[in-house]
Amino acid sequence: MMTPLLQISGLGKRFGGFTALQAIDLDVQEGERLGLIGPNGSGKSTLVNCICGTLRHDAGSVRFGGKTLDGLTAHQRTRGGLARSFQLPRPFGTLSLAENLRIPILYAVNARGEGGLAGSAIDARCRDLLSEVGLADKAHRLPRDLTQIEMRKLELARAMAAQPKLLFADEVMAGLSHAEIDEIIALLFRLNGQGVTVIMIEHIMRAVMQFSQRLAVLVAGRKIADGKPADVVRDAEVVRAYLGE
Amino acid sequence: MGSVPFVLALVCVAAALFAVGRWLNISYAFFAAYVVVQYIVLGTAWNILGGYTGYVNFGITAFFALGAYSSVVLYKLVPSLPLPIMMVVGGIVAGLVGLGTGYLTLRLRGVFFSIATLALAVVVQTLITNWDFVGGARGAYVLRPRVAPLIGGDYIQYLFLLMLGLCVIVLTVARSIEHSALGYGFAAIRDDEGAAEASGVPTLRLKLIATVLSGGFMGMAGAPLPYYVTYLDPASGFSLNYAVNAIAMPLIGGTSSWLGPVVGAVLVGGLQEYIRVTISSAVNVLVAGVLLVVFVVLAPEGIVGLFRRRRR
Amino acid sequence: MDASLDLLVNAVISGLLLGGFYAAVSIGVAISFGMLDIVNIAHPGFILLGSYVAYFANTMLGMDPILAAVIALPAFYALGALVYQVYYVAFERRQDQSLGGLSFFFGLLFITEVALVLVFGVDYRLVQARYIGPSLNLGWIELPLRLFVPFLVSMVMVVGLQLFLSRSFLGRAIEAVAQDQLALRLMAANPTRIKRVAFGLSFATAAIAGAILIVIQPVEPSIGREYIGRVFAICVLGGLGSFSGMVIAAVTLGVVESLTATFFGPSWAPAVSFGVLLVTLAVRPSGILGR
Repeated sequence: MMTPLLQISGLGKRFGGFTALQAIDLDVQEGERLGLIGPNGSGKSTLVNCICGTLRHDAGSVRFGGKTLDGLTAHQRTRGGLARSFQLPRPFGTLSLAENLRIPILYAVNARGEGGLAGSAIDARCRDLLSEVGLADKAHRLPRDLTQIEMRKLELARAMAAQPKLLFADEVMAGLSHAEIDEIIALLFRLNGQGVTVIMIEHIMRAVMQFSQRLAVLVAGRKIADGKPADVVRDAEVVRAYLGE
Repeated sequence: MGSVPFVLALVCVAAALFAVGRWLNISYAFFAAYVVVQYIVLGTAWNILGGYTGYVNFGITAFFALGAYSSVVLYKLVPSLPLPIMMVVGGIVAGLVGLGTGYLTLRLRGVFFSIATLALAVVVQTLITNWDFVGGARGAYVLRPRVAPLIGGDYIQYLFLLMLGLCVIVLTVARSIEHSALGYGFAAIRDDEGAAEASGVPTLRLKLIATVLSGGFMGMAGAPLPYYVTYLDPASGFSLNYAVNAIAMPLIGGTSSWLGPVVGAVLVGGLQEYIRVTISSAVNVLVAGVLLVVFVVLAPEGIVGLFRRRRR
Repeated sequence: MDASLDLLVNAVISGLLLGGFYAAVSIGVAISFGMLDIVNIAHPGFILLGSYVAYFANTMLGMDPILAAVIALPAFYALGALVYQVYYVAFERRQDQSLGGLSFFFGLLFITEVALVLVFGVDYRLVQARYIGPSLNLGWIELPLRLFVPFLVSMVMVVGLQLFLSRSFLGRAIEAVAQDQLALRLMAANPTRIKRVAFGLSFATAAIAGAILIVIQPVEPSIGREYIGRVFAICVLGGLGSFSGMVIAAVTLGVVESLTATFFGPSWAPAVSFGVLLVTLAVRPSGILGR
């Protein structure tokens, strides 16, 4: 078996007296579609923050592509191939939607050396990305003109703009209609088909079951299950802690 | 408009202004215009870190005075050193101090950086006040040459010309930042620094660049000051007026574009001069502070912002 | 040797008393910045305003400066509430970046300083009171009453506020706002009103702090600027949100400044606090007892 793309071992994170994450072990293979579920407050977003560098973890280690991420800043990790959408959208408020997507292109993609874009190619790429999430007609609007749902789609587009090797889609689908959920699932399948490893963090079980090859469950900062989706959803502890609610 | 046509346009405007002034040959006009152009430079320099990147620098007096006092030091060591070289040295000194301060404090929240710049202003003032070589609290005298080098005529015209030249450079830099990758990076930091980091923006490095540029230009603007006033003491060199004006003018004019500080400096500087001459010099000092508060509360986008909104 | 030890001890004592005074100066910012997260850099300007109010009452009416400050408390409280209201409407509600808020307070600082210059001029002003001049002699320790009375007043104010915050309903509401605004709103309390009260209180402390400032030393309008760094150095060093940390930091800074002034000369004193601030921010921004 090849070295997993993402290797998390013994990860722990405390906020003062509160333990948000404890002894998390998780491996993600390249090209895999992983679903991450769990009740609110179980630490899913904290886990993403620690992996992506927005927060510093207190214990354990994270390895990406065989190299340790410890000590790297968030922007270095993004340049290295990680990307994430924020659960609560954090757009660049004074920039248009197209300009929002420009930032990761200028600073993540172009910083990698090869495959950089320039001039009108950047504009074209921004337009294409916005089309993929259905926001092309609002390319020159400001984020404050968007609905919450549209802002979440912008988040996803901005993460995609960084051309990641591994993408965290953090609760992108909350509040979306049935058809919109299908669109996003199809989009993520397309991305995965292009070789991007996708970790989907969601509460919408239909989407998670449809999309994931593997399912991991986080409850109160601990991983309580990790395996084939069909098996995990039948696991007694998972049912009791999360699904049964 | 591309960068090159813009520079040419600016140079033409500057040359025209200078030519008119030279023809009129009114000394007072040069003294007053020098102040306005100096504030365009200070305001634009402040805006690179403030309006573009979102980090408020209250230590303007530190960088400005560092430039002024490095000129005093050079004057005492090598009196015949050409002023343009002194300006470059002043810029380098101020830029380095900016780099050091930034490195210590830019990893923290923006408010801590702002407080640290306040602290910096007082530290630098205390150090200069205790340094006898530059005159300490008693101040230093600088002899203004009787005739201007290169162009002849009053020396003040030469000072004005140098400040105009600096102004063209600073405005060109500010404008070219605006739509460049660097400018987008600054804007991302200003709008949401955490999201910027997550999008690949090296926030610390960009903030340091902005601080060095900003501080360096302020130092260059301060370098000719000893020749302008001929007597420089810490009380006037570190006057809070410079800080308030350098912040008020871009905020009033509009912080989102290079044009804002220009509009702010011309309007507020002109208004201050008018009040100084008609009412009193004490009241004119109050004007900038009051306008700052009024605009920040009622019209945060500044004058340029108001025009833009009406056009849309 | 003996004279030097004497000098040292008296410098330390002066420093302790001065530090107690610094606590009074900083407590306003400990409330507005430490608890409400409002960067009121104009606070020293309003302390100066308090000094001049005390000066005015003292020279025109022959009133004791500290008494004058106590009488002026409600006015300062009202002023603080007004400033907060403007700040809230202009910035907090819009959730604007800190650029506007910081500039607002910077503008206020400047306006108070210039207004004081316009009304009172740039000459140093001082007050007369029975306790300015005489000292309490305890053996070979000398306690100048000029420093000791302000120290006492300051301690009363700090302890009083601490008790208010921890015992009274309104005080605990303020502490709650400092920690979790959302929870407070969910419990049907109005955070804006509570913050307004707290901010008004911080201005009220400025009245007292100003009075004891002018008891300790003559004032002129620009010395407010020296205090910005001191106040924030103390709050950061002590840890935002901790009164006891703030007091420890205030006393520490007072002693360090006093020793510096005694052995290196008084003109270096302003640099001390700012140097402390810069170093603290660089090395341990959460302070001694910070959250």
